[in-house]
Amino acid sequence: MIIKGRVWKFGDNINTDLIIPARYLSSTDPGFLAAHVMEDADPTFASRVAPGDIIVGGKDFGSGSSREHAPIALRAAGIACVVAKGFARIFYRNAFNMGLPIFVSPDLFDLVEEGDVIEVDAAAGRILIPSKPAAEVAVAPIPPFMRDLLAAGGLIPYLTKGVGR
Amino acid sequence: MGMTITEKILAAHAGLDRVEAGTIVNARVDVAMGNDATAPLAIAAFREAGARKVFDRRRLVLVCDHFTPNKDIQAATNCKIMRDFAREQQIPRFYEGGEAGICHVLLPEAGLVVSGDLVVGADSHTCTYGALGAFATGVGSTDLAAVMMTGELWFRVPETVKVVLRGRPGPWVSGKDVILALIGAIGVEGANYRALEFTGEAVAHLTMADRFTVANMVVEAGAKNGVFPPDETTREYVYARGDRDPVFYESDPDASYADVLEMDVSALEPQVAFPHLPSNVRPVGRVGSIKIDQVYIGSCTNGRIEDLRTAARLLRGRKAAPGVRLIVAPATPEVYRTALAEGLLEVFLDAGAVISPPTCGPCLGGHMGILAAGEKALATTNRNFVGRMGHPKSEVYLANPAVAAATAVLGRIAHPDELKGVHRL
Repeated sequence: MIIKGRVWKFGDNINTDLIIPARYLSSTDPGFLAAHVMEDADPTFASRVAPGDIIVGGKDFGSGSSREHAPIALRAAGIACVVAKGFARIFYRNAFNMGLPIFVSPDLFDLVEEGDVIEVDAAAGRILIPSKPAAEVAVAPIPPFMRDLLAAGGLIPYLTKGVGR
Repeated sequence: MGMTITEKILAAHAGLDRVEAGTIVNARVDVAMGNDATAPLAIAAFREAGARKVFDRRRLVLVCDHFTPNKDIQAATNCKIMRDFAREQQIPRFYEGGEAGICHVLLPEAGLVVSGDLVVGADSHTCTYGALGAFATGVGSTDLAAVMMTGELWFRVPETVKVVLRGRPGPWVSGKDVILALIGAIGVEGANYRALEFTGEAVAHLTMADRFTVANMVVEAGAKNGVFPPDETTREYVYARGDRDPVFYESDPDASYADVLEMDVSALEPQVAFPHLPSNVRPVGRVGSIKIDQVYIGSCTNGRIEDLRTAARLLRGRKAAPGVRLIVAPATPEVYRTALAEGLLEVFLDAGAVISPPTCGPCLGGHMGILAAGEKALATTNRNFVGRMGHPKSEVYLANPAVAAATAVLGRIAHPDELKGVHRL
């Protein structure tokens, strides 16, 4: 799986209140949530993001609440994957359970700029930045169990297909 | 090599003799919980998967607490989805209206969680129940749906960090200050993916309410769960309420810990977390002069009767400063009723407080106490992220109920001892 897309950069501690504020949680409509995604971090983001874009974050991405509205909003906004220095655990679980690819890379953040195009090659365990041929970044391999979840399309398909039983 | 409490509970529920940190196990869940922010998504996933019946109608608890009393049509729809599902599945533990309280105070109070349980909740503060010597962790709605279908869930066995609490807490120092100081020391990802196990002689001086507060906020350091080894205080609490037999686990003397941290709680002052991270902590004596527009006493962190008693002790005969909106929310109907019987609600009313029904509303900026741009709140809650209680340009400071009461009276963040010079009316 190679994911190629344009980069949006966010810093450390992008918590779930920033990804989708609680004032919108009474809705579960993906389109509505996408219209407010990242609103308190960057009010213009939702109107500028395009399908296939990639978010590159800093430390502790997705900390805070267990709301799946956060990965739902990101996916509905067309985000192809998130690469961060690290993820908070509930967000990490939720992303795999819902089939949103996320990758841990401590080094990518400082090498890319907003608007750069990157190629995440999960199988090869690396990220390429075509405009900076010298810059090749290692990405932590996805643990086998999580890879099965992603391949199935998330936890529920994984269970109903009987893969895990 | 021995096992920690966390490893023992996971092993027992996975049907294994032993487990080790880092391995992934499939474990049986004793209690699963969802609320009106998360259960509707889980119910949708449950139906989408073609599931017909929940794994055990008595082990699924549904609580309408986040946007209740329903703040808008969408919130009302979400509670209706839960109500209809509860009827269809004949789920006895569906809480709404006058029976509902903040889930993490309600479940232990109602005896629905006992020591030794494995509990998951689609809410990040589910870790609260670790105070009882249970394994409890927050998950997402999809995880909850999987449990509703199968009664089981996958877990990566976390490494455990032992936190040894020394000494005895001084006046006005509570569980809130212990956990804020710890988060301040290790940071918001200081315990990411790990279990925090609280031991040491200071634990005996912490009430169950204190322990719930500590366990509640371990997720603010990124922890998967927090756990207190059961003692007499735990046993008394559980036996007075639980309708199932508890199992009291202890860590083995030769259990393996990823780290051991020590904290002397006798040296602690009440703590205040500054915007916009719970780790941004200072002792209350060093906050300077910060004017406050709203004080909120409540939430799954500090909305218990012990918290209201502490606040009332300081507020009795005193008034909130002009320009300060004081909101007090008893966390559950039982807390509300006890506060009424003890005369605490009158104290709060006399102090100029608004008394809110039990709800999560203000804590997460849902409703019932939202902040405007530029406003500052001091809250007894657990998160002070950007926009947490309202406008993204508002600010939230976190502290214990005694600091909250003193702050309400003086109109600026204050140490409870500063009220000594403020005469009662």
